[in-house]
Amino acid sequence: MINMKELVIETRNLSKRFGDFIAVDNISFEVNKGEIFGFLGANGAGKTTAMRMLCGLSIPSSGDAMIAGFDVYKETESIKKNIGYMSQKFSLYENLTVEENIQFFGGIYGLSNSDIKEKGRALIQKLGLESESRKLVGSLPLGWKQKLSFSVAVIHEPKIVFLDEPTGGVDPLTRRQFWDLIYEAADRGVTIFVTTHYMDEAEYCNRICIMVDGKIGAMGAPDFLKKKFRASSMDEVFYELARGAQRKDA
Amino acid sequence: MRTLKFLLQKEFRQIFRDKTIIAIILVMPTIQLLILPLAANYEIKNINLSITDHDRSAYSSQLISKITASGYFKLTGYNDSFKESLENIESEKADLTLEIPANFERNLIREEEQKVFLAVNAINGVKANLGGAYLSTIIRNYNQDLRMELIPQTKINPLPVIQTTNSNWYNTLLNYNLFMVPGILAILVTMIAGFLSALNIVKEKEMGTIEQINVTPIKKIHFILGKLIPFWIMGIIVFSIGLTLSRVIYGIVPLGSIPLLYGFIAIYLLAVLGFGLLISTYCDTQQQAMFIAFFFVMIFVLMGGLFTSIDSMPEWAKTVSRFNPMRYLIEVMRMVILKGSNFKDIRFHFLIIAIFAVVLNAWALWNYRKTS
Repeated sequence: MINMKELVIETRNLSKRFGDFIAVDNISFEVNKGEIFGFLGANGAGKTTAMRMLCGLSIPSSGDAMIAGFDVYKETESIKKNIGYMSQKFSLYENLTVEENIQFFGGIYGLSNSDIKEKGRALIQKLGLESESRKLVGSLPLGWKQKLSFSVAVIHEPKIVFLDEPTGGVDPLTRRQFWDLIYEAADRGVTIFVTTHYMDEAEYCNRICIMVDGKIGAMGAPDFLKKKFRASSMDEVFYELARGAQRKDA
Repeated sequence: MRTLKFLLQKEFRQIFRDKTIIAIILVMPTIQLLILPLAANYEIKNINLSITDHDRSAYSSQLISKITASGYFKLTGYNDSFKESLENIESEKADLTLEIPANFERNLIREEEQKVFLAVNAINGVKANLGGAYLSTIIRNYNQDLRMELIPQTKINPLPVIQTTNSNWYNTLLNYNLFMVPGILAILVTMIAGFLSALNIVKEKEMGTIEQINVTPIKKIHFILGKLIPFWIMGIIVFSIGLTLSRVIYGIVPLGSIPLLYGFIAIYLLAVLGFGLLISTYCDTQQQAMFIAFFFVMIFVLMGGLFTSIDSMPEWAKTVSRFNPMRYLIEVMRMVILKGSNFKDIRFHFLIIAIFAVVLNAWALWNYRKTS
C-alpha cells in the first residue's frame, strides 16, 4: 500500500460489558481503506460483539470508535448509510424472490429505480442466477444464498462491508468463489471486515486480528504473525494463542 | 417516502405469498360469524327435569303438563320416589327435580295451601338458576289459575296484584343474534389485527432479517408504518367481510351511519395494531408474542361487555374495563348498529380510542430499538 493511507475504522479502548461479563475488553485497532481485515477468535472471544458495535447495532460501554468518519455513539444512522452487513444468520427474505430481495434492499439504500434494475441484472449475471431470479430465495442452496447475500450487502457501494462468519457451512469450492467476490469488492475500494473460523481464509486477508477472551491477542499480516510465533501455518498461530484462553465455549 | 414504498411493497408481497394469512383473513371471520352467534346464546332451553309425583292426581298432572308445555323443559324422569329423582340428578340425566307431595290435590282444595319441593343441580349454575326461576314462574302462574277456579268470583279482587308489562327497545324481539353478532365482529377484528401485527415483527426477529433492517438507514417511523399500513388494510377488509355477512346471514342492517362505523374502526385499528407492535417489541419469539397477545385478548373479551354486562361487574373490574379498548368498540358497534347513534353520541368513545392509538403507537415506537 503505497498510496496515502485513509483510515475507515479507528477504535480506541473500545469495551462492551454485559453486567459483570466483559465481552470486549479495551480493543484498539485501525483499518485502512480497501483493506481485507480478518477478525479471528474462538467462539465467545467477542468477535461478533465487537463487530456489532462497529456497525452501530450495539452501543459500546466505553472507549471510542469512528467508522467511515462517524462516531459510533452519536452518528449510528450515518454509519449505516456507509456500511454493508452480512450476519451469521442468513438474512435475506426467504419468501421473496431473488429479484424482489435485490429490489427491496437496493430501494431502502436509496438507489434509483434504473440503478436497481441495472445493478440487479449485473449481479444476477455475475452469480449465474439468471434462471433462478424469479425463484424464492428460500429454495436456493446455501452457497448461492451466501453469495447472493454478500452481493446484496455491497449493492449500494458501501465504504465498508462487515461479514460475520460468511462462509460457515459452505463447501470449499463455493468458499473459493465467495472469496473471489470479496477480492473483487476490495479492488473497487470497499473495505472488508470479516470474521472467520477457517484458517485458510485467514491467509487470504491483508491483515488479521486474533481475539482472545475479549482482548486482542495478536495483530498483523499473516506472514508477520507466522514469523512472530515461529509457526508454519496460521493454524499453529491460532492454537498457540487460543490455548491460553480462559473462557470456555459460549 | 420512497423507503416506505419499498417497505410496503415488500410487506404486501410477503402477505399475498402466505396462503395461511389469506385464509385467516377470509375464512376465519366467515366461519366464526356463522357458528358463534348460534352457539353463544343466552336463552336456556332443554332443561332436563325429573319429577317425583307422590300424588298422581288430576291437579298434579295438570301442573306437569303446564311445565312441559312451556317448551323450556324436557321431562327426563317421572318417578315415584325422591331417591330415584336424586339419582337422575347424580347421573346427570336431570338438571332439576320437582317433588310433588302426596295429598297435593286434597291439601290444595281443603287447606288452600300446599308446598312443593324443588332441587337444583348447581354445577351448571346458569342453567340451574334460570331453570329454577322458570319453574317457579310456571308454578306461580298455575297457582293463580287455581285461585281463579277455586275462589268464587267476586266483584272486587281480594288480592291486588301489580302486573308488569315490558317492551324491549332497540332489540324488540330480544334477538340474541342482533346482540351477539356486532360484538363477535369486534372480537374478530381485534384478534386478527392484533395477532398478525404482533407476530409479524417477531417473525423478523426470529428469522434474523430484522438485524439486516437495523443496519440499514431505514428510519424507525418508516419501519413501523411499513408494518402498520398493510395490517390496517387487512383489518378494514375483515371488518367489511363481517359487516356484509351479518347483513346477508342475520339480516342486521346498521341503523346508524356506516361511514361513522368505518371512521371508528379506522382509529380503533390503529390502537390495536399499536398494541400488537408494542408486544412485538418486548418479545423475541413468536411463541412469547402469541401467549402475551392471547393473555390480553382473553381479558379484553371477558371484560369487554360482550358476554357479561360491565354494569354488573364489581367496582375494580369496572375500572379495569376502562383500559380495555375492545369495550369501546363493542359499545360503539351496538350503539351505532342497534340504536342508530350518531357522532355526537359516541364522541367520547372516539376521543378515548384516539388516545389509546396515540399512546400505544408512541410507546411501541419508543421501545423499538435499532441499536441495543
